[in-house]
Amino acid sequence: MRSVSPLADPLSSAAAAAPAFPLAVPKERRAQYGPAGDTLRRILHSKSALVGGALVLLVVLLALLAPLISPYDPIQANQRSSLEPPSSAHPMGADRFGRDVLSRVLWGGRWSLPVGFVSVGIAAICGVTLGLLAGYYGGTVDALIMRFVDLLLAFPSILLALAIIAVLGGSLFNVMIAVGIAAIPEYVRVTRGTVLSVKEREYVLAARLVGCRDQLVLVRHILPNVGAPLIVLATLGMASAIITGSALSFLGLGIRPPIPEWGNMLADGREFLQRGWWIACFPGLAIMLTVLSINLLGDGLRDALDPRLRQ
Amino acid sequence: MTHYIAQRIVQVIPVIAGISVVTFLMLHLVPGDPVLLFAGDKPLSEERAAEIRHQLGLDRPLLEQYWDYARKAVVGDLGVGLRSQRPVRDSILEVLPSTVQLTLAALTFAAVVGISLGVFAAVSHGSWADTATMALAMLGVSMPVFYSSLLLILLFSFTLAWLPATGQGGIERLIMPTLALGMTSSAVLARLVRSSMLEVLRQEYVVTARAKGLAERLVLVRHALKNALIPAVTVLGLQLGALLGGAVITETIFSRPGVGRLAVDAIGSRDFPLVQGTVLFVATGYVLVNLLVDISYAYIDPRIRYR
Repeated sequence: MRSVSPLADPLSSAAAAAPAFPLAVPKERRAQYGPAGDTLRRILHSKSALVGGALVLLVVLLALLAPLISPYDPIQANQRSSLEPPSSAHPMGADRFGRDVLSRVLWGGRWSLPVGFVSVGIAAICGVTLGLLAGYYGGTVDALIMRFVDLLLAFPSILLALAIIAVLGGSLFNVMIAVGIAAIPEYVRVTRGTVLSVKEREYVLAARLVGCRDQLVLVRHILPNVGAPLIVLATLGMASAIITGSALSFLGLGIRPPIPEWGNMLADGREFLQRGWWIACFPGLAIMLTVLSINLLGDGLRDALDPRLRQ
Repeated sequence: MTHYIAQRIVQVIPVIAGISVVTFLMLHLVPGDPVLLFAGDKPLSEERAAEIRHQLGLDRPLLEQYWDYARKAVVGDLGVGLRSQRPVRDSILEVLPSTVQLTLAALTFAAVVGISLGVFAAVSHGSWADTATMALAMLGVSMPVFYSSLLLILLFSFTLAWLPATGQGGIERLIMPTLALGMTSSAVLARLVRSSMLEVLRQEYVVTARAKGLAERLVLVRHALKNALIPAVTVLGLQLGALLGGAVITETIFSRPGVGRLAVDAIGSRDFPLVQGTVLFVATGYVLVNLLVDISYAYIDPRIRYR
């Protein structure tokens, strides 16, 4: 058989190579590459996942490279260029302290993006653990965990985050914790649902019959089933975590100036909206584009990974 | 039906009790001595601290303190604000109508725009109109409410000078906050209604309705939309939480009085009784509204109550 890249479009390349058997080649290839290759091919075929993924990569790269590529210091004031409109010297203009908005937007990613990653990490670890326990053990454990989830769900997420910040005080780490805790319920629900649907399957029962300990059954046989929905949830969750995190900073309750963070830059620009639209517009655009690209990636991943949507 | 409603009400009681425990504990979880929160920034002598502690009952066992807090909360006594020295209940009730007005306006906007766009996209499935509508919805889902608010102010207040940027009162001060707040929810709803509409349009009863020669408009409205809207009702209820949360931000940006802004200001000034009161109030209100949504849901979809 010819070696054809699994990434190439199966129908068009097959049709071009072997017009006599247009359907035979993709079928064989599917068997050859297995379910993982199949999923990968579906992801790479999703325009939304590709565009979103590329944009996310670009945003992360720009944030990582900020110290090297940003033209000015993001915190050092320079009163001479105060409120300067966009020009070749300052492509995104300068704020009231004369700081270059482009440099601050680039550096801002180094604060806003980690809030998304870390808080999703916190939510996923806590949520998956609780969901596994609730689904696997059932009974009292399940009832207790689900009542806890009900309680978390009783608070609109930004309100819960605000309440946590009120107790802990605003700082980068506390914002991550607050946003993370507020997102736990979704992960518990998805994990618990998956566990309930697989725990009576033969392979799980077989593993228990041969005497596997509960931890082993949970981690080796049940957890992998949660993988696909979890990846989708975590991706889309990152978008909302970035919004909630920057909302807290926008309200002055999260990461504070002079640290360049997209939310607090927007709050800063709000006071000068009439005299310098660029101070608020560009950080806002950065948040929106980041969230948009993550959402595109998440949508694409969901279509490719979610078994319920497979034909 | 009565059984279903009773069951749902019984389920809600422990959740509300839980909310009260959480808001009660907030004060005690703050690092350091809670007395310092009440004393303000002034340095405090040991005797004075003990005196305040005794006055506020903070020297009593925690369980006793909670019992006292819960008993008072049930009859609407949420304590006295530290800065205003007014009962927290009065501060909340004073601004509540403004928040209710904004939230309802945004909910209506989201429902009308979201459902129309969703149906429109589903009906023109696969065409450029579908793609454009869904691209718009994607943009709306990704737009943080604080950014859309600022863009609206920039456009309608500063550039066109059509609408006042801040304050409360009159329809002209309600338009922009409603648009900003309702935009995200309408986008969420449009995406949902589209996919649920597409699902329903594949069902056999729709094919049957078409086969018997019903006008397409009747097929869409009477057979498809009616069923496609069932999931939309749940999501609309959940979106209410997002709207209440979003109100925190819109109220602050548009300088509108409201419960959300009250909470943000209270956290900023570390006015703990007011923080506890607003959080307790909003969360309880949210739970009760969702209870109503669940009950109305059972009315709309008979399958729910027999489950």
